Amino acid sequence: MPNVMLRNNAAGELVFYITKKDHEEIVVALEHAGPGTWGGEMQLSDGSRFYLEPLEQKPKLPLTVRVKRL
Amino acid sequence: MSMNRQETEQLIQEVLQVYPEATGKQRAKHLMANDPTLEKSNKCIVANKKALPGVMTARGCAYAGAKGVVWGPIKDVVNISHGPVGCGQFSRAGRRNYVTGHSGVNVFADMNFTSDFQEKDVVFGGDKKLAKMIAEIDTLFPLAKGVTVQSECPIGLIGDDIEAVAKKSAKDIGKPVVPVRCEGFRGVSQSLGHHVANDSLRDWVLHNRDDDNSFESTPYDVAITGDYNIGGDAWSSRVLLEEMGLRVIAQWSGDGSIPEMQTTRHAKLNLLHCYRSMNYISRHLEEKYGIPYLEYNFFGPTQIAASLRKIAAFFDSTIQENAERVIARHQPMQDAIIAKYRPRLEGKRVMLFVGGLRPRHVIGAYEDLGMEIIGAGYEFAHNDDYDRTFKELQDGALIYDDATSFELESFVERLKPDLIGSGIKEKYVFHKMGIPFRQMHSWDYSGPYHGYDGFAIFARDMDMTINNPCWKKLQAPWKRAGAEALKSAA
Ligand code: SF4
Repeated sequence: MPNVMLRNNAAGELVFYITKKDHEEIVVALEHAGPGTWGGEMQLSDGSRFYLEPLEQKPKLPLTVRVKRL
Repeated sequence: MSMNRQETEQLIQEVLQVYPEATGKQRAKHLMANDPTLEKSNKCIVANKKALPGVMTARGCAYAGAKGVVWGPIKDVVNISHGPVGCGQFSRAGRRNYVTGHSGVNVFADMNFTSDFQEKDVVFGGDKKLAKMIAEIDTLFPLAKGVTVQSECPIGLIGDDIEAVAKKSAKDIGKPVVPVRCEGFRGVSQSLGHHVANDSLRDWVLHNRDDDNSFESTPYDVAITGDYNIGGDAWSSRVLLEEMGLRVIAQWSGDGSIPEMQTTRHAKLNLLHCYRSMNYISRHLEEKYGIPYLEYNFFGPTQIAASLRKIAAFFDSTIQENAERVIARHQPMQDAIIAKYRPRLEGKRVMLFVGGLRPRHVIGAYEDLGMEIIGAGYEFAHNDDYDRTFKELQDGALIYDDATSFELESFVERLKPDLIGSGIKEKYVFHKMGIPFRQMHSWDYSGPYHGYDGFAIFARDMDMTINNPCWKKLQAPWKRAGAEALKSAA
């Protein structure tokens, strides 16, 4: 369950940053992008997938969350 | 002149042949030919991995990253090098982080404080000594705004509880006392020390005055992070921002101070120069206080103009117009510098091997002078640094991560660059090989190199080094052409 920071980059894309590894990837697909729920399964630009416990709405970014590797 | 990707790959293979098979296989992953179309580096280069046993690496330790790089330049804290005397003494003032103030009165960046561990401290623990030392420091240097405990290797090995001492002492003296767990054996290079130091600033200093709102902020407040004021770099950057109408409220950490760091939260924008060493705190500032960060580059007029425009775009039209005015005002001076030095430097080929930022950031400055970067590498970069490097570097250029001294020397022998930019450990080796060399960590006792004023000095220094007559005098007189006449005369 790595700690990751989610933020938007200048181009407006969602960036996924694994703090421990200094590893940055773009989120290319997000299961629930909102309104109502936000989160779920995310697909990163390097092909790996993670799961974020869905939140009620899109949070204020950047935000540090715990995710599960799938 | 420059090599294409295939030739570079070939060169890498030839150099790797000397290694035993397993070592060669490992090292091959750290070397590559540049392809500017690449977006992501994790498939093509391995970075931030432990150096292999038996090779000579240029890397430093976590203590060097925390005490030397991040904490060292903060002028109003007393950094205790906690442990034996050597680590602090041999790294004292080596980075030339300039500060204003009176040494020993309100500025302590150029002094060496150490708990000077002896055998008995290693056996019985140094916590008591540390507590006593902090109390003494508070009596002797009442203007110090805080104390940090920079752990050297033995502290981690004997298991001293510096956190407990720090908490208690902080209460006693009423100032932040920061335990920094940067023992040299942690991590693979000084890069971990940057991270540890960033985290300690975050956990022990940054939020201490969050309930104090007496600071009057303006809509034009910015902070400079990742500028260590080497040779005055932060000052020559700061004047440009101020000329543009912005107010610099904090410098991290060159010529910086603890109160500045605590007021950083009022900034509207955080300007990040060295991404490698301060992205951690920048990310935290963005998450906690909503201050966005912007990476910029103040090396060479092309990059400076682009950065000034990028910074200005974040603010209103007055600032944007001011930025144009600043650029226009400096352009004639920059053109004059280029007119003077470019003819002397045009087409010269450069190889760089520096820390975690400069191999990509200084490329523009060299290109402004008509020079070409044929190889670049980092001592302790991570993959996110390589992501940012590919676009800056020309196609086919050689990239080397944590190059061993054997590799670097072999590449130089083969590529025969006109100039090498690297550190003090490499300097004299290449001098003896007869190749012009600039020390690009601390600007070879020169600087500043940031900003428009810095570029004037940069151009002069490169010319002075490359076109120095000494390089023509390396051959012994009796080996030169026409030596016969000399002999018969004798
Ligand atoms: S590795 Fe350890 S002993 Fe060596 S300089 Fe770093 S902290 Fe000191």
